[in-house]
Amino acid sequence: MAFRNSVLRRLRRWAPALCLSLAMLWLAGCAQIDYPQSTLHPKGDFAHLVDALFRTTLRWATVVFFLVEGALVYALFRFRGKPTDAEPEQTHGNAMLEVVWTVIPAVILVLIAIPTIKTIFKTASVPDDDPMVVEVIGHQWWWEFKYPEYNLVTANELHVPVGRTVDLKMTTGDVLHSFWTPQLAGKRDVFPGRENRLWFKAELAGDYPGQCAEFCGLQHGRMAFRVVAEEPAAFDAWRTGLAALAAAPSAPDTARADTSKAAAPAEDPLVAQGRQLFNTKGCLGCHALSAVGAPTMTGPNLAGIGDRTHIAAGWLPNTDENLARWLRDPQAVKVGVLMPKLGLNEDEIKALVAYLRSHRAVAATPSVAAVQ
Amino acid sequence: MAHDTTHAMPVETSTGLDTRKLAIWTFIGSECLFFATLISNYLVYKGKSLVGPLPHAESQCMLHGQMTTCEPIFEIPLVTFGTAVLLFSSFFVVMALNGAQRGNRKQLITWLSATVLGGMFFVGMQVYEFTHFYHKGLGFTTNLFGSTFYTLTGFHGTHVTVGVIWLATMLVLSIRGKVPPEKALNLELAALYWHFVDVVWIVIFPVVYLMR
Amino acid sequence: MATTAMGHAGTHAHAQKTGLWSWITTVDHKRIGILYGVTAFLFFLLGGLEALLLRWQLGAPDRTFLSPEVYNQLFTMHGTTMIFLGVMPLSAMFFNYFIPLQIGARDVAFPRLNAFSYWVFLFGGLLLNSSFLINAAPNAGWFGYANLTSTQYSPGLNVDFWIIGLQILGIASLAAAVNFFTTVVNLRAPGMKLMRMPMFVWMSFITQVLLLLAFPVITVALVLLMFDRQFGSHFFVPSGGGDPVLWQHLFWIFGHPEVYILILPAFGIVSEVLPVFSRKPLFGYAAMVFSGAFIAFLGFGVWSHHMFSTGMGPIADTVFSLATMLIAIPTGVKIFNWIGTVWGGSLQMKTPMYFALGFIAMFIIGGLSGVMHASPPADLQQTDSYFIVAHFHYVLFGGSIFALTAGAYYWFPKMSGRMLDETLGKIHFWLMFIGFNLTFAPMHILGLNGMPRRVYTYSAESGFTFWNQVETAGSLILGFSFLIFAWNLVRSLRRGPVAPADPWNGATLEWSIPSPPQEWNFAEEPRVDSRDAFWEMKRVRGGTMPEPPHVSGQGIHLPNPSYWPVVTALGILMFFVGLLLHVHVPTVLAGGALTLFSILSWAFEPTGH
Repeated sequence: MAFRNSVLRRLRRWAPALCLSLAMLWLAGCAQIDYPQSTLHPKGDFAHLVDALFRTTLRWATVVFFLVEGALVYALFRFRGKPTDAEPEQTHGNAMLEVVWTVIPAVILVLIAIPTIKTIFKTASVPDDDPMVVEVIGHQWWWEFKYPEYNLVTANELHVPVGRTVDLKMTTGDVLHSFWTPQLAGKRDVFPGRENRLWFKAELAGDYPGQCAEFCGLQHGRMAFRVVAEEPAAFDAWRTGLAALAAAPSAPDTARADTSKAAAPAEDPLVAQGRQLFNTKGCLGCHALSAVGAPTMTGPNLAGIGDRTHIAAGWLPNTDENLARWLRDPQAVKVGVLMPKLGLNEDEIKALVAYLRSHRAVAATPSVAAVQ
Repeated sequence: MAHDTTHAMPVETSTGLDTRKLAIWTFIGSECLFFATLISNYLVYKGKSLVGPLPHAESQCMLHGQMTTCEPIFEIPLVTFGTAVLLFSSFFVVMALNGAQRGNRKQLITWLSATVLGGMFFVGMQVYEFTHFYHKGLGFTTNLFGSTFYTLTGFHGTHVTVGVIWLATMLVLSIRGKVPPEKALNLELAALYWHFVDVVWIVIFPVVYLMR
Repeated sequence: MATTAMGHAGTHAHAQKTGLWSWITTVDHKRIGILYGVTAFLFFLLGGLEALLLRWQLGAPDRTFLSPEVYNQLFTMHGTTMIFLGVMPLSAMFFNYFIPLQIGARDVAFPRLNAFSYWVFLFGGLLLNSSFLINAAPNAGWFGYANLTSTQYSPGLNVDFWIIGLQILGIASLAAAVNFFTTVVNLRAPGMKLMRMPMFVWMSFITQVLLLLAFPVITVALVLLMFDRQFGSHFFVPSGGGDPVLWQHLFWIFGHPEVYILILPAFGIVSEVLPVFSRKPLFGYAAMVFSGAFIAFLGFGVWSHHMFSTGMGPIADTVFSLATMLIAIPTGVKIFNWIGTVWGGSLQMKTPMYFALGFIAMFIIGGLSGVMHASPPADLQQTDSYFIVAHFHYVLFGGSIFALTAGAYYWFPKMSGRMLDETLGKIHFWLMFIGFNLTFAPMHILGLNGMPRRVYTYSAESGFTFWNQVETAGSLILGFSFLIFAWNLVRSLRRGPVAPADPWNGATLEWSIPSPPQEWNFAEEPRVDSRDAFWEMKRVRGGTMPEPPHVSGQGIHLPNPSYWPVVTALGILMFFVGLLLHVHVPTVLAGGALTLFSILSWAFEPTGH
């Protein structure tokens, strides 16, 4: 008993120090970590509206928190008694006090409700006459983006111009998903057979990670995407480059014709072999390599995949090794995806990697890198 | 459940209301939400069927493997008659209860038999109706109308069936002379449930059969 | 039949008191309460173990400790277990044991129905968890959003186990709710007017109303989903015209009241503990009653705040937002009244008080974050992120579990006749308090910084690593604290000091009878003249009460033990197992027949006169 009492006493002595170190841990954690997916550093107008509202609520919550917890902790120390103490005064309530602490929270709630309602209506409809419409289709477990204005299709990396409102018309090809790019806008669920809307205007160029936020099955945790916001010129370069890729050779015949001309810059034979393999190994059964007017297929559109920063739906860095890993055995990288193990040998994988990595809409390094 | 009260404080209950009666009322309150949800489900999907047959209108539907034009499926007169029988059975059970309370065994048995027969007729009507609809091309999964209709009326029919079993048990007891006036409450509990089942049908009938 | 025979039959009922069979056939509300408590605590530990596995998986980026499939099964089962097999039945333990004692009754209104509720709950919980044995545990989330739950996207038995398990548990909850509702309305001791009832009875009573009105809705939703899966209807399947959003509406019309089903009993427990250990009556009794009722009432009108991200339009968003904010007012009233109770008191810092005060401190945080996502635009950033996970753990763990633990320390002496160890109790509190905050506070940060819920892993470049590691460390402390609790329970049961009838200077009737109470609770029917009835009795007598004597119980009639409740529950289990096995008709029919037969046998079973 004595031993355990001393444990308790020691625990009590250490409690403040422990709390302090926890607080410091807290501050340390807050200060140093960079969160690319944060809601707290908005880079889009929608996210700014939400952030302003959140900060209003947070301020009130902080005030209430300190007042109420303060009162509780004060009471806890102030009114500590011993069993031998006389019985305290037996109060049963206080009508005045009870009215006051009903009214004050009500007033605070009104002060939160007013900006809330304003923001609800501000965010409800697209605040722009000429937004860029993008059709978003969720799939298990990747995202498809269509640009009706440019008749283009892409997947997992949504390019948008800075300063132009984007109007997302969203649905799903299978189960519910939720489109969420925290730095640009709040999230919006997508439903089969229904069009849901979301809009945002990127204010600053950057590569903004996003992620599916509605549980959608096995690989929900790996259903990410990126929104690449670019200066208008860079965006135009990307989309024209993507459109031009469609005109570029992809079928074996044209490929041969193309190389025979020798007018084009000399092609890496590995890339040529990779193109050949892409056409013969059945890749085209599920993936399109043309972005122009492509229909929804089983797998993501791969046009300009060389430009993408990530593969496998926005989370695996797009490197030679990762792409090779994927081609070797997709199920080992992301179990449950529709793509089977193709049984490619290492040479074939190398060739396909070279080909895919060379498949780019923009000649230089991805515009994102330049911006950053 | 008939015996299952605590005799702990046998004097009287806090409210003066019999505990078993209160329990039945509580259960009925809960059941209201059950049927409210089913009825909402029917209304939400009303008119949302992608193919026929439909309740009130001609439609394209699949019958024997080919698309044909189907007539509206409902036959209101039959159901109206069934509804009337069910409503009368509510009156019958009131008469039976009256007989039980007054110790009039003949009255009790006669009216209780009528109630059970009424309930059985209603269930029979529903079985006939379902079979008939099925032959006219309305399966459970044919369209949303079929699914919501069979679910809602099926669950009601199940409740009626339970009521018939309960009342039939009471009838057997009555015939054996085991429902004397001091035990009339046992019948009253069944009667309460039976009234509830009827009242629900009074909502379902217009919502499903009359509302277009 | 409601005959009033008291007589000699009692002696027969008191004869058999030990052995497994006596527990299986018991209809004593106190024994059933203990059965609920032990079972629920074991399920709770299981749910906690699942949580630790989840936390371990998230302890580092790209960890492969759990496969995505196992992770999804575990988070689904963690949520389902904690809600339906942990917190709800732990509350039911206290309903069972203490509602009759606090209102001065000898048992619940329908003792056999009470036993039935327990057995159905047990079988439902076992069936749900048996899915692990065939590696088919539910994996679509405790919310089971359509159309992921359709056969096309969830072909296995996983979702069927979930549907059937919840259906069975729903029967248990509904039967219990009817029972406790009638018990509170009808079996109060003379003088125990409604506005004299202990606050725990009040909050439990309101909980029963919520159960009665909310569970039928989920029952229907689950039936429709089962029809979709077993018979091929299209209630929630878009290809046949069905609407997955309807599922969300039905689920949350149940789901939001369910939140209050989980928290209101906790409110009640804390409202018992605080006055006793402040030696001062509950502040603002009437306001506490009405705020509880008001919260419950509003709870049915706010379900769509779980669905702001579905895009319901600005009008619906506004309405549901305002209704939700309104709930903050009665909740605030409760918190202020608890502080008012403590204020000016003479605080006796025993373990139950630690947990009750910890409850207030943590619940405030959960309440404040709740107001934040009552604001729909803000919710568009917060919903389905770890911010929400933080919020509801502050409400359900910081709230419900802290309060239930306070209740366990408070009432253990009454239930077992032994005192729990205070030192271990306080160590338990501090470890739980620190572990809890380390586990869940950082989730606020992670959520606001973009970490979605229900993800089985994350990449290092997301920046989520540090706080996830802190959380995992915290969860280990939290888990350890419950081992200390379990040890305290087991040890005190055997070696704890013998508890007097009234160890805390209690205010309510359960402290006026021996610890543990005799089978018939009250040798003489208590008479109640005011709130805090037992305090008043002591005041009238001027000081303490003598230790209540044990009496022979001769002449006190008690209901006989019965095996029909457990047999009926078995029939129901068989019926549902038949449904689970893709509607195996013979099993379904056999189960139905057994159920019907045992209900009739039950009805005609003599109860001892």
